[in-house]
Amino acid sequence: MDVRLTAEQQQLRDAAAKLADDLGPGSVHDLADEARIARLDKQIEMTGWRSLRSDGASGVEVAIVAEEFGRGLVDAPFLGPALADDLARHVGDTGAIGSTIALGGNAIDARGYQRALTLHGTTVSAVEVGAVRTAVDLTRTAADVTGTAVAVGDLDSDAAQRWLALALATTSADLVGTARGAHTLACDYAKIREQYGKSIGSYQAVAHLLAESLALIEGSVSVLRHAAWAVDELAPAAAIRAGRVAKVYCARAARTVCETAIQVHGGIGNTWECLAHVYLRRALTSTQLWPVKLEEIDVGLP
Amino acid sequence: MDFRDSPDEAAFRDRLRSWLALHAKKFPSSGDEYWARQGEWHRALYEGDFFGLSWPREYGGQELPPVYDVILDEELARAGAPPRPSLGYLVSGLTRHGSKELCRRFLPGMINGTERWCQGFSEPGSGSDLASLTTTATREGDDYVIHGHKIWTSYSDVADWCLLLARTDPDAKRHRGISAFIIAMKQPGVQQRPLQMINGVTTEFGQVFFDGATVRAEHMVGAPGEGWPLAMTVVGHEREPSTLGYAARYGKLVRELAARNDGPPSEELAWAAVQTEMLTHHVRRRLSEQLDGVTHTSDGSLDKLLMTWVEQSVGHAALAVAGIDDPNLLSAYLYSRAQSVMGGTSQIQKNIIASRILGL
Repeated sequence: MDVRLTAEQQQLRDAAAKLADDLGPGSVHDLADEARIARLDKQIEMTGWRSLRSDGASGVEVAIVAEEFGRGLVDAPFLGPALADDLARHVGDTGAIGSTIALGGNAIDARGYQRALTLHGTTVSAVEVGAVRTAVDLTRTAADVTGTAVAVGDLDSDAAQRWLALALATTSADLVGTARGAHTLACDYAKIREQYGKSIGSYQAVAHLLAESLALIEGSVSVLRHAAWAVDELAPAAAIRAGRVAKVYCARAARTVCETAIQVHGGIGNTWECLAHVYLRRALTSTQLWPVKLEEIDVGLP
Repeated sequence: MDFRDSPDEAAFRDRLRSWLALHAKKFPSSGDEYWARQGEWHRALYEGDFFGLSWPREYGGQELPPVYDVILDEELARAGAPPRPSLGYLVSGLTRHGSKELCRRFLPGMINGTERWCQGFSEPGSGSDLASLTTTATREGDDYVIHGHKIWTSYSDVADWCLLLARTDPDAKRHRGISAFIIAMKQPGVQQRPLQMINGVTTEFGQVFFDGATVRAEHMVGAPGEGWPLAMTVVGHEREPSTLGYAARYGKLVRELAARNDGPPSEELAWAAVQTEMLTHHVRRRLSEQLDGVTHTSDGSLDKLLMTWVEQSVGHAALAVAGIDDPNLLSAYLYSRAQSVMGGTSQIQKNIIASRILGL
């Protein structure tokens, strides 16, 4: 048993973190900077990370990029095309380079995409991406789907289940990253904001909230790592179960951590200009993609 | 990256399962009966080559990686056997701060279970603020004479030896006036009184009164005034889930609750199951990080906080499934309340996280 990241995986994390820090939004104002987003989009395309799966990467690598992109509020598509690539590699779909994913009539990560893949049972279909929707998430574009679905091919049942496990693990990774980003924002603020002549972070009432958030993040990192590993290494049903457990834990943790970030920012945290709600919105959106309810968890531990 | 057993780990697990099939049910695993026969259980584990797995070979350990301790904890819980006696904090305290002579004299007996140990740190007036302790050690010839009152002392009723913190220099700054001793418990001047906990158990914790008990000067661990760094090593060690094996115990309880739960699981039970699984993976991650070299840092406070949340959520699940009428489950619930106090309260852990990790 050794669940450390390999040297290559740590390099991938560093590279994804650097890209997100260099070109991700640093403020709410930056979200409207189309030139920055175009540069970010082009950089992601050049890394080849949207086709990690067809290049032979494991669920762990996809999760590493998803986590860092969540942390940096990366507002160009990643998860949608990366998951489309995983479907396409099984059915030999050559149009996949230009596809994201559609889920229940909703194309996710739709910025710049005209085509989306969707999975029903074991059948992969292609749909057209239509009008952009008003999205809760200010960092990822959602759109309607239009036209008639065209069947592209069928997966075997194992591959379809592993794809669901990958979707659960990577949306969990986005949640962990989002929580980490929100927590850093809140800790930085708690160190500089002063009341009664001292930084608010020096008061236990504030400090304990932020300490609890860090414990939730550490637990999330651990449960996510297992789910991301399980995508390719456990039997399909066990991989899905691992994904569900991670999703429930990381979603609860991320919501609490983002809410804490808003609270620590006080009144400002409740304004549009503060990034805290951008993290919360992204977390709520990732929770709702392939959602898992607590009642769905098989309580008989393995 | 691999969450599974390596071939060596799997072979160890198989050997352990075979042994447990013969021995697990001979020993009670909870309540006063457990504490009463814990010494016997300790020696049985040691004689089966399943105790002291990750400790130094020269003192009776096997120097295996710490993951073997977790395999042991998992299999003990799975077999319904009693938990592993927790002595890791004493072993790490003595190996790190004690002389070679003291280690050679005391560690083999501690590890093989022929000599029993307790820890004399907390006092009625010194809980979270341990450095305020008032027990005194006064030099008289070749001995120190001890006066004071210790509390929350596990195994105080059966211990042969106690790792004791006492003040040797009343004029020094409070952290610097404390020294550590290995003192014999079975002597005039040492009185032990049990504490009854809220679940009724009387043999887990005791309080100890030192009234003129003596300890030889060469049984001081480290130099005079060096008790505080040792105390920090010991409490840091107590805060790691990998050294405690609680994660495996929670899994056992959740499986029992799931088995007796009729209908769809309550939210409490499902959340306890999710949290327990999280902790299992968390322990594996922390142990893997130790492969880069063991460091006892403030991260232990994060682990302790997570462990506390898990144990208390399992306690709530026990109430949700069984109400208050099953004595064992009610006892597990009541016991869970102590987890946010023992080994440093959750509030103290949060102070440590906030100041030392977050820099607030």
